[in-house]
Amino acid sequence: MIRIENISKRFKKLQALNNISALLNEGQVVSLIGPNGSGKTTLIKCILGMVKSDSGHIYVNGMQINGDPAYKSDIGYMPQIGRYPDNMKVGQLFSMMKNIRVVPESQHDTDLLVKLNLVSIFDKPMRTLSGGTRQKVSAALAFYFNPKILILDEPTAGLDPLSSEILKEKILQEKRKNKLVLITSHILSDLDELTTHVMYMQEGNMMFLKDIANLKKETDEEKLGKAIAKVMRSGRKEALWIDEVLAVNEADKSV
Amino acid sequence: MYKKNSMLKLSKYVLYDILRSKVVIAYTVFLFIVSITLFQLEENSSKAILSLLNIVLIVVPLISMIFTTIHYYNSYEFIELMLSQPLSRKRILLSEYSGVALSLLSAFLIGVGIPVLFFSLNDVGLSLLLTGCALTLVFTSIAFLASVIARDKARGIGFALLLWFYFALIYDGVVLMILFAFSDYPMEKFTIVLSSLNPIDLGRIFIMLKMDISAMMGYTGAVYKEFFGNATGMFFTTGIMFLWISTPLYFAMRIFKHKDL
Repeated sequence: MIRIENISKRFKKLQALNNISALLNEGQVVSLIGPNGSGKTTLIKCILGMVKSDSGHIYVNGMQINGDPAYKSDIGYMPQIGRYPDNMKVGQLFSMMKNIRVVPESQHDTDLLVKLNLVSIFDKPMRTLSGGTRQKVSAALAFYFNPKILILDEPTAGLDPLSSEILKEKILQEKRKNKLVLITSHILSDLDELTTHVMYMQEGNMMFLKDIANLKKETDEEKLGKAIAKVMRSGRKEALWIDEVLAVNEADKSV
Repeated sequence: MYKKNSMLKLSKYVLYDILRSKVVIAYTVFLFIVSITLFQLEENSSKAILSLLNIVLIVVPLISMIFTTIHYYNSYEFIELMLSQPLSRKRILLSEYSGVALSLLSAFLIGVGIPVLFFSLNDVGLSLLLTGCALTLVFTSIAFLASVIARDKARGIGFALLLWFYFALIYDGVVLMILFAFSDYPMEKFTIVLSSLNPIDLGRIFIMLKMDISAMMGYTGAVYKEFFGNATGMFFTTGIMFLWISTPLYFAMRIFKHKDL
């Protein structure tokens, strides 16, 4: 569904993406992980056409991305930091989106809207919402038009545990519908139950794209976090951040 | 058909956002009060038009540029949001432009247009309105180019102000210097070229000639009168103004299409 061929992108001195190639198919939940500044968001923005790559091609549903924005009607995108027009009310935001993406009413997915209790804040302006509530709006919007591809950039960051659980449940549900879900997150324990594939990036390079079963078999580990840590330790020394994440996870358990 | 519809839809939300911020309404009220006051103060309506002309030539470009630049940076989030939707960049920028241009135009037409229609409905009054509208569009266009080029708000507004200074003040000084330095040569034809390089100058000449005070401008005035006074001159002025609107917008679009957001 998404085919990435030799994508490179340079921001002045920083090589954000270095010759990335990948093939992502329907029914997969791909976790895009890596340290801060490793190029995850840049890759996502390349897929969405918000950042123009220096070289390489991206195909979505077999169509190359070059100017024609029609392919985006198959994509639901939840940004890392949802920023919306200040004066716009939540309800207006949804009605505007309905206007832009002409999808029949019967296909609208109002599941998250209801479960996250967003209908009650429909008449509140976006500027009055807290970060977490904004995040909920972004999530509901990404799923709203029932797209075949979901791209979620740190979906659970800033969400309360209950909403985070609702969102995870929703992702699992979409996975069963044979959709492609691409998630970035630093909270590996969140990804553990969802993911089918792991794509690991570091300093703009893709280190690996692996099936989760294979990854666990190769490393003899049950937990995603530990499995990745093992791969990284055997290969490279600079994978320090993994230990930090693990430490947090251990701390979670002991509480 | 569908595409056109959805562009109008977008412009509708842009317009709505602008009206909510109330700056355009304040601008309308300001223009209206100034126009009415000028017409009340001066007994001779053509004198009032002359004072109004100076305001139109200075204030309209300034407000158009500053407002457009600030609006562009304030709707950065909106543009980002739209970019993740199935909408082309061209359509996003054009609906932003038409939203801003439409609101500034209506502010001008209500604020200056209504008083002029009441107090001085003639050739001069109508050409003043025409010039004001053209200048609004020109400077909205230039401001879009400036804000697409500049990376952040401060730079964008600074850039816009600099351009305004150039067109409204510095350019005239430079022209005077050139004319003074080459005063031994016949420069009359050349001044026509010079004036079309600045939309504010072009607008000023266009209205001045309608006011029959070109006689005071000596030989240059006569050359202007001969050139701009007839149909060809009108055509020329309209064409140049149109170029001033479309060229910056075209370049803004080209840059915006390849911009990383």
